[in-house]
Amino acid sequence: MDTLLAIEALSKRFGAIAAVDGVSFKVGRGEVLGFLGPNGAGKSTTMRMIAGYLAPTAGTVQVCGFDVAQDPIAVRQRLGYLPEGAPAYGDMTPAGIMRFVAEVRGLDAEARKQRIGAMVERLDLAGVLGQPIDTLSKGFKRRVGLALALLHDPEVLILDEPTDGLDPNQKHQVRTLLGELSAGKAIIISTHILEEVEAICSRAIIIARGRIVADAGPSELLVHSAHHHAVTLRLAGASLAGARRLLAGLDGVAGIEERATAADRAELILLPKAGVELLDRVRQTLAANQLQVDEIFIERGRLDEVFRDLTKAA
Amino acid sequence: MRAIVAIIRRELAAYFGSPLAYVFIVIFLALAGSMTFFLGGWLERGRADLQGFFNWHPWLYLFLVPAVGMRLWAEERRTGTLEFLMTLPITTAQAVIGKFIAGWLFIGSALLLTFPMWLTVNYLGDPDNGVILASYLGSWLVAGAMLAISAAVSALTKNQVIAFVLAAAACFGFLMSGIEMVQAIFSSWAPEVLARTIADLSLLTTFNQIAEGVIDLRYLILFGSLIVTSLFINVAVVELKKGA
Ligand SMILES: Nc1ncnc2c1ncn2[C@@H]1O[C@H](COP(=O)(O)OP(=O)(O)OP(=O)(O)O)[C@@H](O)[C@H]1O
Ligand SMILES: [Mg+2]
Repeated sequence: MDTLLAIEALSKRFGAIAAVDGVSFKVGRGEVLGFLGPNGAGKSTTMRMIAGYLAPTAGTVQVCGFDVAQDPIAVRQRLGYLPEGAPAYGDMTPAGIMRFVAEVRGLDAEARKQRIGAMVERLDLAGVLGQPIDTLSKGFKRRVGLALALLHDPEVLILDEPTDGLDPNQKHQVRTLLGELSAGKAIIISTHILEEVEAICSRAIIIARGRIVADAGPSELLVHSAHHHAVTLRLAGASLAGARRLLAGLDGVAGIEERATAADRAELILLPKAGVELLDRVRQTLAANQLQVDEIFIERGRLDEVFRDLTKAA
Repeated sequence: MRAIVAIIRRELAAYFGSPLAYVFIVIFLALAGSMTFFLGGWLERGRADLQGFFNWHPWLYLFLVPAVGMRLWAEERRTGTLEFLMTLPITTAQAVIGKFIAGWLFIGSALLLTFPMWLTVNYLGDPDNGVILASYLGSWLVAGAMLAISAAVSALTKNQVIAFVLAAAACFGFLMSGIEMVQAIFSSWAPEVLARTIADLSLLTTFNQIAEGVIDLRYLILFGSLIVTSLFINVAVVELKKGA
């Protein structure tokens, strides 16, 4: 794999606070890395150091083989960065600021026109091109920020909460866009939306208090969820009491959760002991006792549960 | 260079796209004009020159230039756009120079708009246009020095009001350092050489010399070094305070 971003023992202290504390990872071409962590975990601080805005207290960042400390301009030429909150000059229009960035980045007239056109189309900016950024809604501001980060078609993308404030259609559109772009690039997105990680990330890093607590593919992370391969049954009240009694005692069941879904219907969730596949046993038990179920399915696991477990204050 | 030009263009667009430009220009013209006529007694003097007009410039700049300079960096830091700007492929020096040049051109354009004064004296009499040209240059240099000082001060804080007050105070110091009162304070304890240097640093005495048509290389060096030093400090402060 072609490594585009390499971070080595990166740390940042603000006085007594260790905002980032010895973070190391590599991101290769084609990877979309989800960067997760509770508020204040150090996600934005890490991203700022990658973009060369903050100088690390210790450690190194290399983008496409260039060291951020030695060669900041070479790094920034290859990097698209969306800062947290998508700051942009409020008195400028999206058209004006895109033009400014294209000029600073040295795109010639032809490339400028073509790239700005592509961004306007992909991020649906046509309707607001002439409106001062100050007067745009939050979602449109974010989209302008994304357009600025993507304008020069960089190899490495660092996006701090790119879908924050977007409507569901736009979220979907941005995810699709990032998915399409991902083949030739290394992308890091920070997000608090865990379903996004499952939707577009090939890998997730969870940090807490400045340190990496997990670095794995989303499906590997799900293995650690108590709901990983849990069996969920939806059934009518008549069968409920029997099912509850029989299944609670079933070998391999670690616990049962119950949730009423209507007056006479409920959902039973059977949590398996580690490594146990419950579905066949449950089916057999139900059949043997002639219990009727409306629905039965296996859960993949819940990322929010894994997230909570890993980031709980130690 | 390309980056500096892009920044200058953006900044100029920002000046002329905002009320600041018009407020600045109108106030500058109104005050410069009225001070010349009412306080300077231009008409009574009965002489066709612009001395009475240029004399007021340093005092107008004292609060107008910090008003231009205060937003240069303080606003970028407050709104977070500094992070956007400083993660583009430009050096801090390019950003500092671009912003400074744009501000200086902007003030220069306000200065140019006083050309009716020049037309008037030429209509009324036969002034020494060389001296007038020198005065315009001197006035613009004073504005440039004050702008560079204000910009450096602006990088110290997120708060524009603080930036304004500190910048005005710093400009006042540089303006007055040749005035006898200030000199007396220094000469009471500082060695002769230092006292002389401080006197030489005075923007006001230098400007007055230039406005009388004396253009000495030393004066240009004074303005040049003041501007360059301030911009150096500006770069250092931006770098230092970037992430704080
Ligand atoms: N300029 C600063 N000065 C002092 N402390 C700072 C500064 N910037 C960040 N911090 C601290 O560093 C820690 C990490 O902050 P950071 O913004 O990286 O968190 P985050 O993971 O991005 O959080 P969020 O999810 O809320 O965006 C926090 O404790 C924060 O208070
Ligand atoms: Mg953050």
